[in-house]
Amino acid sequence: MEQQCRDLINTLAACMVANGADPNFANLISALLGVVLVATLPLLTVILLIWVERKFAARIQDRLGPNRVGPFGLLQSVADALKMLTKEDITPAGADRFIYNLAPIIAFAVVVLIWAVIPFTPMHVGSDLSVGILYFVGVGSIGAVKVMVAGWSSNNKYALLGAFRTIAQLVSYEVPMILALLIPVMMSGSMSMQDITWAQGGMWYIFSAPLAFAIFFVSNLAETGRAPFDLLEAESELVAGYNIEYSGFKFGMFMAGEFMHVFTVAVLTAVLFLGGWWGPGVEQIPILGFVYLGLKTMAVYFLMLLVRNTVPRFRIDQVMNFNWKFMVPLSIVLVLVQAFLLRVITSLGLAPNEAGDFVSSLPQTLILLLGNLAIIAVVLNMIRNRGRQQRLADEAARSELAHPAGAPAGD
Amino acid sequence: MITINAQSIAFILFSLFILGGGLGVVTTRNLIHGALYLVLSLFGVAGFFVLLSAPFLAAVQVLVYIGAIAILIIFAVMLTRSMTSLTEAFNRQWWLGALVGALLFVFLAAGIILPVWGAGSAYAGQPVSEVVATTTDLGVALVDGNQYVLPFEVASLLLTAAMIGAIVIARDDE
Repeated sequence: MEQQCRDLINTLAACMVANGADPNFANLISALLGVVLVATLPLLTVILLIWVERKFAARIQDRLGPNRVGPFGLLQSVADALKMLTKEDITPAGADRFIYNLAPIIAFAVVVLIWAVIPFTPMHVGSDLSVGILYFVGVGSIGAVKVMVAGWSSNNKYALLGAFRTIAQLVSYEVPMILALLIPVMMSGSMSMQDITWAQGGMWYIFSAPLAFAIFFVSNLAETGRAPFDLLEAESELVAGYNIEYSGFKFGMFMAGEFMHVFTVAVLTAVLFLGGWWGPGVEQIPILGFVYLGLKTMAVYFLMLLVRNTVPRFRIDQVMNFNWKFMVPLSIVLVLVQAFLLRVITSLGLAPNEAGDFVSSLPQTLILLLGNLAIIAVVLNMIRNRGRQQRLADEAARSELAHPAGAPAGD
Repeated sequence: MITINAQSIAFILFSLFILGGGLGVVTTRNLIHGALYLVLSLFGVAGFFVLLSAPFLAAVQVLVYIGAIAILIIFAVMLTRSMTSLTEAFNRQWWLGALVGALLFVFLAAGIILPVWGAGSAYAGQPVSEVVATTTDLGVALVDGNQYVLPFEVASLLLTAAMIGAIVIARDDE
């Protein structure tokens, strides 16, 4: 009994059984507690992250940011949440009540659901699904339902138009995102998040697949709808997006869902490309993995904040062109090249050994890195040529305008 | 006899999703509601795949049927604004649909399920398959020369042709 109850985090069910509880009941309680823990963690973190984000944006814009409520304004988000609770809850006339109320719940739930498959440490993971990646993609695709449902049930034409824009963007950017996800799957030979993390023991995938990381990062910026892809919201140009009719805490659910989505995506990027919980000493003390994962997540998160606050918003045609004419072809080429190189590496016998330590993964990493760099060089060259042609054409058009060919001189 | 445990509760719940959703699809007069009922029903099917230890199919079910097909249906309905406020029945063929549905049910139940897995048959009380296939098995089967490589390639070709056809139709004539 002593033995099983020393480490309650890992052996709660065993401890309860040892103390005379029914095994089924103990497992149920243990699973329920796990669900509550895994679902609460992002919720609580996001309250602080809203503060972090607002401070960060404020510093970039040479402001102070929230600094009134609590020390350094830390409690500002709590105050905001309370304020939202006290707002009037408006349901527009002609709205489809049930669906209208359902949409914020879906919006929030789909993000929390992703956390079920995230490995926090070598031992702690909500559920190590064998199809973790596919689960993430599947749950993420339900996100489109919430937008649709919210936009339609509000009985507001602007909400509906906003929903169309949003769906078009979400569905488009899912394509390069999934293609980029194929690369960690190909390299680790598994779709389980935990296996992918284990496979990065020798080398993080960001070094052997930097382009996949970049594509995943950019398409997730678009999926979360943050600047420079925030056409869904575009505060300074439109009234708002699909959620225009929502007020009070229902709007709060959409907002918290969006913030949490950004954070979730940062965690996923850390797991898939930055080695997840890997770090010095993690195999002896598994709980350290949580700290490493947190640090890596924050690194990705700050990168996202930096992009959000420094890059101007795209136009909708630029967003679509960028995706279908650049990201999608690039990711298809990347998958082909990476698969081919992996095959070559295996047949040359350069693949990392079973242990997958640092030295044995060097040859594979180097070859893949060179392959990635070659693609980047070709792409940059193509972009340069395209840009030059565009400039020449513009210049020709301008001089044509200034001096029309057939016009009499000096007129 | 069915024992009541977590699995059977989940089975009953998912069955309710599927049947209730299906019933909702055919009875509601609101097309958007119908599409959402369809989502519920398809979600129940995904739950069944989980209960059958086929997580890959479950994830694909959600991804393809809810994430793509249901969205496409909702999108198409919404783009035709007059359709969303439709409350009248379009035609009087509901009895024909009911007949076909009932016939299909009878055919499946009496023709396949009862003779094979019903009481007194050879497979009664036996699991359908002892093999627990992993996603890797599935992937290998699709590209193995002795298994499904030909159907797989034919399906790929068909989909590519359909995609090219869609692009050709959608293109502006320049």
